Amino acid sequence: MRGLPLAAWAYVCGVVALATGLIATSSFTDIDWAELAVLALLFLVCDSAPARLNVARARVSMSFAASLASVVLFGAAGAALLGICAVVTGQRFFAPVKRVFNGAQLALSGYVAGTVFKLLGGDRFDPGQIRWVENVIGPFLGALVTFVVVNLTLMAGVLLLSRQAKPRELLHEYGQLSVGCLGYGMVGLLIAGLWPRVGPFAAVLVLLPLLIARWAMDQAYVQQQAHAATLAALCQAVETKDYYTRGHSERVSRGSVMIAQEIGMRADRVEAIRYAGMLHDVGKLGVPTKVLQKNGPMTEEEFAAIQLHPMRGLQIVREIGFLDEALAGIMHHHEKMNGRGYPMGLAGDEIPEFARVIAVADAFDSMTSTRSYRPARSVDEAVAELRRSMGDHFDPAMVEAFLRALDREGWEPPRPVVLPDDDVVETTQQDHDDPSTPLRVAGDEERQEPGSVGRRPPTRERPGDEVRR
Amino acid sequence: MSGESQVRERAVWQPIDTGQLLLIATVGLFVVVAFAQVAAAGLRQPNVAIIFGVLIALGELFRMVMPGNREVAPIAGAGALGYALLVGVGPEGAAKDAPLGVVAAEHSALQVVAVTAVGMLVGSLPHVAVGRWPRPDAMARRLFTVALVALCFRPVLTLDLPWQLLLAVMSSVVIASCFTDVLIAAVIRAEAVRVRFGIALRDEVEAKMALCAATSATAMLIAVATTAMGEAALLIFTLPILVTQFAFRRYAGTRATYLQTVRALSRVTEVGGYVEAGHSRRVSRLAVAMGRELGMTEEELLELEYAALMHDIGQLSLGDPIPGGATVLASPAEQRRIAELGAEVIKQTGVLDRVAHIVQLSSHPYRTGREPVTDDSSGEAESRPLPPPLAGRIIKVANAYDDLVGDSADRDRGAAVLERLRLDSAAEYDPTVVEALSRVVDRLPRQ
Repeated sequence: MRGLPLAAWAYVCGVVALATGLIATSSFTDIDWAELAVLALLFLVCDSAPARLNVARARVSMSFAASLASVVLFGAAGAALLGICAVVTGQRFFAPVKRVFNGAQLALSGYVAGTVFKLLGGDRFDPGQIRWVENVIGPFLGALVTFVVVNLTLMAGVLLLSRQAKPRELLHEYGQLSVGCLGYGMVGLLIAGLWPRVGPFAAVLVLLPLLIARWAMDQAYVQQQAHAATLAALCQAVETKDYYTRGHSERVSRGSVMIAQEIGMRADRVEAIRYAGMLHDVGKLGVPTKVLQKNGPMTEEEFAAIQLHPMRGLQIVREIGFLDEALAGIMHHHEKMNGRGYPMGLAGDEIPEFARVIAVADAFDSMTSTRSYRPARSVDEAVAELRRSMGDHFDPAMVEAFLRALDREGWEPPRPVVLPDDDVVETTQQDHDDPSTPLRVAGDEERQEPGSVGRRPPTRERPGDEVRR
Repeated sequence: MSGESQVRERAVWQPIDTGQLLLIATVGLFVVVAFAQVAAAGLRQPNVAIIFGVLIALGELFRMVMPGNREVAPIAGAGALGYALLVGVGPEGAAKDAPLGVVAAEHSALQVVAVTAVGMLVGSLPHVAVGRWPRPDAMARRLFTVALVALCFRPVLTLDLPWQLLLAVMSSVVIASCFTDVLIAAVIRAEAVRVRFGIALRDEVEAKMALCAATSATAMLIAVATTAMGEAALLIFTLPILVTQFAFRRYAGTRATYLQTVRALSRVTEVGGYVEAGHSRRVSRLAVAMGRELGMTEEELLELEYAALMHDIGQLSLGDPIPGGATVLASPAEQRRIAELGAEVIKQTGVLDRVAHIVQLSSHPYRTGREPVTDDSSGEAESRPLPPPLAGRIIKVANAYDDLVGDSADRDRGAAVLERLRLDSAAEYDPTVVEALSRVVDRLPRQ
């Protein structure tokens, strides 16, 4: 921890000094030391195996339950002593300064919570008494909220001062974290209530279901990760045919998530659009390879086959229940605001929100990727093109949101494609996603947007192409 | 496995198995006797009975389906067991010299059965209202376990045991109830999906033990807390089981979603025109039925199902579909290449390595298949022929059968194809697997 800034050192020392001072000045006359020792053991066991929430770094430990139980059973001083035990936790970090700080902040939270509990009159009741639950629940909730707030504030302080986290990230994580803490803390009341009757056995009864719940949550997390990985791998499999579109789904997914977050979508919808972005072109598989690889103008039938691909995609993913709203996004991601898109020709607000989001990310990635017939465009050029097509092709709100997110987070365009050295490489000769280069359909020049014809890069059309068809 | 395929496997003239029938009849008898007794003797401590009844009804309302199509209701279970184990109803109004310092709970074992039955029925009504019919066997099993615990534990209360002994008796009764529950579930499952009892028992233990333990611990918690602190404690002491229910529901949900995704995405090969419509799904259904016939456990069956669904995914890497899409007609080298490519794709996931292994070896013939030789162990390992894993052999047979029969329901055609597979079974296909296929095909509904 040599890299710790001076301010963080001062902060840690301050917290530790405060905790030591409080413990040194309180009296421990009416504490049952044997019971405290048993509770401390429980605390350590729980603290050594923290639960994983879905947030990568946030860990809630069931030791919260033991801490809150000690607040009820032993008051402020006992809770502070219990917190100190965290110094010898079995968690896998070894830096002494971390351990000391952790112990000090838990002691401090315990002490403050104990004081609040006493102030609210919670210590006047005894678990054996009549109507204990009804009387003690108010003071207990006060102590619980105090404990969680003090704990999270102290942790936030050290994370911010040592620059390990940004305020924005913390706010994001703390929402979930505080719910977990409050839930586990609530369990403290259950342990405290049964403790005088059945002793440590109360902890077994209370914690066994919670341990099992934690195991189930871990399993769910593993399944979720496996699910995401499998989905990504299968999407990649669909892309393998074409070297130039590899990684396209992944990047469209990322772009769609950027837009979704920027316009303030709910977390579960953001999750859905992540999958929708990944799966948006899965129906391309239903388009015969020779159409995708065609160099030169297409016939009407071939263009129709291309236009069908969103429907094909829908056909595949329709049965995946959780996608729900994302299905509409996959089906309509080639609609245009002016109603000249496909497959349904929806216009304006008729187009589902998901589809309007994906359309922008899809077009942007297509323009900034290398294609066999043209080099990748720069981000600036692609942005200019997006702006030009705003209102006509894309939803202006989505484009604006994307540009804001782009400014903040940046965009990593795919690396230039290196084709392997054999002759069997197959590449597409036209890109249905690229708004600046519409598909060329034989004898149907007016299908193209006015203004885009002139900018079409020279393609390698040769007379032989028509014959090869 | 989904429910539909199980239903399909069962013959039409036997809608319900004998074990199930026996269980439902027994429980029905219990309920009738219990209602008669309660009607004759009256409801003791009605307010406690109502609170527990409401808890059971709510738990039944929030029941869920765990992987393997197992219906569970942990909250209802904890509530009912808690009522069966209830010693007292709190210190309020207790006489000075009352045992344990609380008012004793006076309800009989039969009242427990009656209250649980009513709670379950009331909780099922909303399900019925939206058209989800209850599963009589699952409900009967839950009620039976509760009745057993109540009949064993209520008489013990008359002995006026001290706390420690009572806790010990409670624990042993609850643990015994867990085993009974799993045992009954295994009997029913063994009949319903036609597996050997030992395998069904193992599957049940793996699938249910954790939840059983959580339910029992909470039941004891509820019983002890309500005894010591009165009915108000009941409300907050159900918290642990709420958390558990939430966690398990989420687990079951993600697992179902996972399977759904693989099922759906396995259709990309069909939409791409690489294989016939419905091929992956038919192969997976056949393979799972055969795997069950051959005594695979549920975990192995899940891997088998994933592998069967994705066994043709390697064709995506081919430029154009092979004619007709039937890999059985392709040359062995080509079959092997498709399997290798498919395994490559599946390995990309990073989590399905065993499934990838199955797919990779599913193209190998039974006799001369080998484990792929790793670079460091050259020489002798190379010369030792090893049959591919059972799952791989199953997929090979199922794939060949479906490629040749397709979705035709013509039994003569099926029989002819089976005969052809049998002729090849010395070298190409595993004879035991082919026999399993013939039994599975025999059971398919006649059309």
